[in-house]
Amino acid sequence: MEPYKFDVNNYRNLLKKYIASQDEKSLYQAEQFSKLSMQHNISPEEIINVHIQALKELYPDLPTEIDSSMNFLLETMISYGLAYQEFQSLREKQGELESEISIAANMQQTLLSTTKPDIEGMDIGAISVPSHQMNGDYYYFVTDESNNLGIAIADVIGKGIPAALAMSMIKYSLDSFPDTMRSPSVILEHLNRVVGQNVANTSMFITMFYALFNYKTGYLQYSSAGHEPGFYYCAAKDQFFEIKTKGLVLGVSCQVTYEQLDITMEQGDMVVLLTDGVTECRIGERFIETEEVLEVIRQYMHLPAQEAVESVYRHFERLQDFQLRDDFTLIFLKK
Amino acid sequence: MITKSSVQINKEWDIVGARQMGRELAKDLGFGTVDQARIATAISELARNIYLYAKKGKIAYETVEKMNQKGLKIIASDQGPGINDLSKVMEDGFSTSGGLGAGLPGVKRLMDYFDVVSEPGKGTTITTIKWVR
Repeated sequence: MEPYKFDVNNYRNLLKKYIASQDEKSLYQAEQFSKLSMQHNISPEEIINVHIQALKELYPDLPTEIDSSMNFLLETMISYGLAYQEFQSLREKQGELESEISIAANMQQTLLSTTKPDIEGMDIGAISVPSHQMNGDYYYFVTDESNNLGIAIADVIGKGIPAALAMSMIKYSLDSFPDTMRSPSVILEHLNRVVGQNVANTSMFITMFYALFNYKTGYLQYSSAGHEPGFYYCAAKDQFFEIKTKGLVLGVSCQVTYEQLDITMEQGDMVVLLTDGVTECRIGERFIETEEVLEVIRQYMHLPAQEAVESVYRHFERLQDFQLRDDFTLIFLKK
Repeated sequence: MITKSSVQINKEWDIVGARQMGRELAKDLGFGTVDQARIATAISELARNIYLYAKKGKIAYETVEKMNQKGLKIIASDQGPGINDLSKVMEDGFSTSGGLGAGLPGVKRLMDYFDVVSEPGKGTTITTIKWVR
């Protein structure tokens, strides 16, 4: 078939053929014509104008009633043409926004990156996957010279860009705490003040679990600011226990104290830290039960920690048809 | 030869009068059917904005010429409340979200030249030109 140009001659010939034969081929060509017109940003009123011209050339004695009615149609199409142009420009704008967000997401990954420490006698696995482009979950590792490992895991209630912005604040506050300030409850009290002062009146809440682990003694102290409880696996009893403490989410009230508890990890024990993206995994219409989460963890926990968290993630990803509804973060700490 | 004329906008039916005068001038200048319809739609939008937000104002017409090209200049002016955030109003999707019309970005698309000056509390003047192709 010959290439289509948007001109009256081409259209007139097509129209003439169709009026004579009423064949499907001409209609198919009309479809091609309309697609080509869209590619060249031809508005509906211009197509109608071409139609009117072609009609007048084919039927010089066109009744004035038909002529007027075609002009009437042209007038009514003007606003549709405008709406179409606006739609095109909004679509372009959307493309720009999407690429901007993806740059921001990369930036976020660079800003918030944390290095998983390599500690003899410990096996640590960590994974954090956003449900959209920007992650509202966060984890953080820090070590000091007294055999201590600090671990933070946090979740901004709310997703997307505002959540990601808030996370940068958390990271830089954590970075600025001196080595001497290690107690989980004190760290959470400080962060609570930082969050309260900086995001007051934004209805943004941040939950966080902070643990300080001495990898020589196995002594683990922890506090929680309303965060999803983690689990402690005791190898001797072959049982999971919930790690739960009382504490208000960050940023709600300025004067909050956080309860601090502790456990001692023995050889073969494991601590599991997570966000609600794991525990509130949805299968069809229902939320997953804690027992089911633990079953899945148990299924993979014999693997090296990093491989284990990745396997658990892939398991849940598949359960949810590869569509995460919330940011997903999971940490295994194996002794 | 320069022609100047104008239509006062005080009630909704004046919009029709404004369209009519614009269309006749456009026809005389040699605009095609599509451009006549575009000019009429732009006038509608401008006159409607006056009627809705300023209550009264006027649409003025001038024939203009540059380098063998003829054009129609349309000036919509009012002493209404003015526009606070011009860049917002000129954004696509802002005024059209409720399906109320083409908005100022629509007028800009329909015409070849578009300028708006507005002072909150004092009024708005919108100048547009369409050139004969």
